[in-house]
Amino acid sequence: MRRFALLSCALAVAFPVLADQPSVQVESPDLHGSRQLEAQTQAAVVRDYLESWQSLAAAFEQNQASLLNADFAGVARDKLGAAIKSQARLGIHTRYQDLSHKLQFVFYSPEGISIELLDTVEYDEQIFDGDKPVATQHVSTRYLVMFSPAEQRWMIRLFQADPAS
Amino acid sequence: MGVRVGLPSLFALLLGPVALAQSGNMNLPATVTAGSAFSIPTSGSGSGVLYIVGPDQVIRRSVQLGTAVELSASDLSDAGHYVAALAANGTVDSGQFDVLPAAKAENLNFIAVPSRVPVGQHNGINGTAYVFDTYRNLITTPMPVSFALSGISGAPQSRTAITRNGVAWTSIDSASKQGAAKFVAQAGDATTTRIIQEVPGDPCGLTISARPDGKRISVETAPVRDCSGNPIPDGTIVTITETYKGSLSTVDVPLKKDIAQVDMPAYNGATISVASGVVAGNEIHWNGGH
Repeated sequence: MRRFALLSCALAVAFPVLADQPSVQVESPDLHGSRQLEAQTQAAVVRDYLESWQSLAAAFEQNQASLLNADFAGVARDKLGAAIKSQARLGIHTRYQDLSHKLQFVFYSPEGISIELLDTVEYDEQIFDGDKPVATQHVSTRYLVMFSPAEQRWMIRLFQADPAS
Repeated sequence: MGVRVGLPSLFALLLGPVALAQSGNMNLPATVTAGSAFSIPTSGSGSGVLYIVGPDQVIRRSVQLGTAVELSASDLSDAGHYVAALAANGTVDSGQFDVLPAAKAENLNFIAVPSRVPVGQHNGINGTAYVFDTYRNLITTPMPVSFALSGISGAPQSRTAITRNGVAWTSIDSASKQGAAKFVAQAGDATTTRIIQEVPGDPCGLTISARPDGKRISVETAPVRDCSGNPIPDGTIVTITETYKGSLSTVDVPLKKDIAQVDMPAYNGATISVASGVVAGNEIHWNGGH
């Protein structure tokens, strides 16, 4: 498992890019909600989120939806799992390599059971048909990610590209 | 976004009109609405394979170049960012586009907490609503969500909040009377209701009286109510303490029909006090009932 040189910060901070690691920048929260987001909570969410990209990449490359189970739940797990099932049925797989994340927390629900962040992310997406590479695209977009706490970690319940807002 | 790479036009020009006719290109839309039919026009001749791949949905389709690829309303329903690639005759045209949530709110995920709340709490009830379209895409364009709390007494309370990143929330006071309250969130035609049980608050004006009962004292509370006059539920513990010459005797008594009653030893000069939770009541100095 890759290790991330991250940690949260009050102001925008860029994390160094090491080989095979995405660069990570955490901006000051722009919270819409009545609850304070503690630095320790931010750090835990960022750590879990970056790890979830590794799970996602492995699941889509190996066509094994079960690799999502530790990090994704609810709608996010359902949709990602369905896409992996489609890939397997069609004989294709996809390689996702995240390159950079610019994160900003935007919501912490009053009761503390939901956190939302925006990730302006860059990644490479490579499509394979069987073992044959078909196309590679460098993607720059924004994801809206919603978390809820589970026993051990923050689980992603919604993972949706959101370029328009 | 319509980002494009890998156009084979240079090779096509070099190889002449036959190769030009066989290579495939496509014209992607920048955005599509989830659950909408759309088409992707292609150019070239012969056959190819179209891939549309994102973390949410994956499509692979054989296509006839030179015609438009028709995607039905049910083909792409998950909002997200997609890579499309058209592979034909050894060349690939690829690009990207976005599928946006449908505009109409169909489902509200509504979290209301707590499910039981004491009466008369300022901002004691929180409601958070997440607005989804019919395909379980979070609708991120701002839209109003109305929240209304109505109970068995008083006028309903209502608030309107505008969603930000798909979420709206509010805080509302609990009512002054106990009972079940309906907490409703509504966005467009989508409505979700939660039931909040409003329960009595802490006892208010907790008072005991005492009377002789043979060699003992019968200690009894006045009917125990909260500050809004709601009766405190049966079973709530009331603690009655008797202090006499440095010794302490404590009895926990559950409320029964609003009242707690207990017999204590009768010591002239004893002090008897009452409390329930963090609320303290009055004290009695026993003087033989005189």
